[in-house]
Amino acid sequence: MNHETRPLPRWDFGAATRQSLRNESLAKALFRATAKFDDGRRALMAALPESDLLREKARQIKDDVLQHLDRYLAEFADSVEKAGGVVHWARTAGDANALVASIARERNVKRIVKAKTMVSEETHLNEALEREGFCVMETDLGEYILQVAGDRPSHIVVPAVHRTKEEIADLFNSSFGVSLPPEPAEITKFARARLREEFANADMGITGANFAAADTGTVIQVTNEGNGRLCATWPPVQVVFMGIEKIIPRLEDLPVFLKLLARSATGQPMTVYTNLITGPRREGEGDGPRELHVILIDNGRTTVLGSGYRQTLRCIRCGACLNTCPVYRNVGGHTYGSVYPGPIGSVLSPLYEGRSRFNSLPHASSLCGACYQACPMKINIPHMLTAMRAEQAEHGENHVLERLGMRLWALAMRSPLLYRFGGKALRWGMLPLSSEGWVSSLPYPFSGWTKRRDFPLPAKKSFRGSFKK
Amino acid sequence: MRVSLFITCLADLFHPEIGLAMVSILRKHGVELVFPRGQTCCGQPAFNTGNWAEARSVAARMLDVFEGSEYVVSPSASCTAMIREAFPRLFVNDEALLARSEALASRSYEFIEFLGKVLNIKSTDARFDGRLTYHYTCHQRALGMTTEAEDLVKSLQGVTYIPLDGKERCCGFGGAFSIKMPDLSGHLANDKAERIIETGAEAVVVNDTGCIMNISGALKRRGVPVKVIHLARILSGEVTAP
Repeated sequence: MNHETRPLPRWDFGAATRQSLRNESLAKALFRATAKFDDGRRALMAALPESDLLREKARQIKDDVLQHLDRYLAEFADSVEKAGGVVHWARTAGDANALVASIARERNVKRIVKAKTMVSEETHLNEALEREGFCVMETDLGEYILQVAGDRPSHIVVPAVHRTKEEIADLFNSSFGVSLPPEPAEITKFARARLREEFANADMGITGANFAAADTGTVIQVTNEGNGRLCATWPPVQVVFMGIEKIIPRLEDLPVFLKLLARSATGQPMTVYTNLITGPRREGEGDGPRELHVILIDNGRTTVLGSGYRQTLRCIRCGACLNTCPVYRNVGGHTYGSVYPGPIGSVLSPLYEGRSRFNSLPHASSLCGACYQACPMKINIPHMLTAMRAEQAEHGENHVLERLGMRLWALAMRSPLLYRFGGKALRWGMLPLSSEGWVSSLPYPFSGWTKRRDFPLPAKKSFRGSFKK
Repeated sequence: MRVSLFITCLADLFHPEIGLAMVSILRKHGVELVFPRGQTCCGQPAFNTGNWAEARSVAARMLDVFEGSEYVVSPSASCTAMIREAFPRLFVNDEALLARSEALASRSYEFIEFLGKVLNIKSTDARFDGRLTYHYTCHQRALGMTTEAEDLVKSLQGVTYIPLDGKERCCGFGGAFSIKMPDLSGHLANDKAERIIETGAEAVVVNDTGCIMNISGALKRRGVPVKVIHLARILSGEVTAP
């Protein structure tokens, strides 16, 4: 899908929250799931005495990579080719999708199995391949559920977090004519059997990369279900679909990131499967693909690299900021209307999917800072959000009423006399609306406040009127 | 030791009793107090909404108002964080103002932080006879504060301290956020109110004026008589029971 040629309407996050907040069962399920991950992360990070050092080390390594990305990418491409792989470069989402399609066409591929990759969501790879007539099967259980349902992910790590086990059992029962109980083990067993056939019949496997080591050309992929390993080893052709920011300098840097990733993502000390893939199957080896293709995708990353938002390229897609965010936990991922939800998504979506379309997302935060505290890569998300808001205001994109109000407000705040008068006027203005010191209905544009809470009347006598030397 | 009081506009206009409690405690500890009368607001509403030209003009005044101060102490972590975190960002392209804002940042403290870090007060002999819970306000995070206030609450004489579930989850105030995303903000405020009510506490300590307005507004709407109190008012002896 090419967003430039098909302008999409602006996403109104505020309106979307009103819709989501009505769905109380979603809120409860979501809150429970995210609390489990968030509590797990806190407990494991607290139990790791070197966690602060690790975060700092990880930040330094990634910053070095980003500072010298050209050099590291060249080194990585070299190493992949030395190991027998083929490297392809994609500037745009469309280029990346077209590369996969052409590799598949040339090899007469019909069936493709796919492990979970966020960048393929970003480029809308599935739709592109399906348009070309390929059969694409998601093999991560969450993604598989969503594919069956025709739904979209709502979380970076647990894409189907918004669906309850009852809903999933119903979905499978009606889609496949079975009668599964709403038991995770039963649902998984069923999906596993179906997916096993898909793996066996696939002509191509597509995986993402969590990290990629420049010195060895090794692609590192972590999963909990083992589907990634099957995608990478069973079909004769493997395509690694990855953003250019996934590079780490040396394979020996990997433990720093592995320690942080699983803990931050799901509160696990380590994911169940960690695959290190260096080149295709070599002579004498019993498994692995005959061909390994690595597609290095820019899709706006080099623009971000040269902007004030460079630190967002440190993101390892752990989802810790989603799990800890009071906003995300209450409204869920679909409320953000974009591929990347939550706090990091509120920065990434304007950057990668259109500033104007997602201009409400930088305001989807109370700036409480929980995301920054949780981020293993020390990305200062509140800082990025306020910077985006400032750019909007600078370009005159904020509401005319806000602009005018802020000008008047600044005028008053620069003059102690006007400030004092304003404070008194506020009290006089609110007095007739109040009862026992509280206002239960404020006029527009402040009426939103009093929908669900009261507003206090200013004090009779201010501090400056009461303070004695 | 001389402290310049940065009362903040919200405490000045809505909760002067918090400022007065702070005055009484600091005086008790022999601190000389100055209240620069030119002070208004730190500029956070403009900063958070992205209106940085307006924020800059108000922040520049703050630099003048607190020029030459020894310590600047406020009852709000949010407003202190504005000075420490945002001022240097606002003046990043102006060397002279940047230097002044960094100097102001280095001598600015939130009240509880000042008690601990500068006056070395980490426990109290103040009383509170009743069931009390505590909400951790978000901007303490930005200042690197963790359990300083909660430790003081726990050390109150006569108190029955009941921990709040999700105490460090935002109450949804967020300044302009409460007006721009009112449904979401109101939802979070009510969630916080529910958790507070669940504890069975008669009062909750909340150490930031914006959060006090938000949480007390949600409790008021529910008609629940749980009191929302800034810790300074208990430490000063003004409030000793719910």
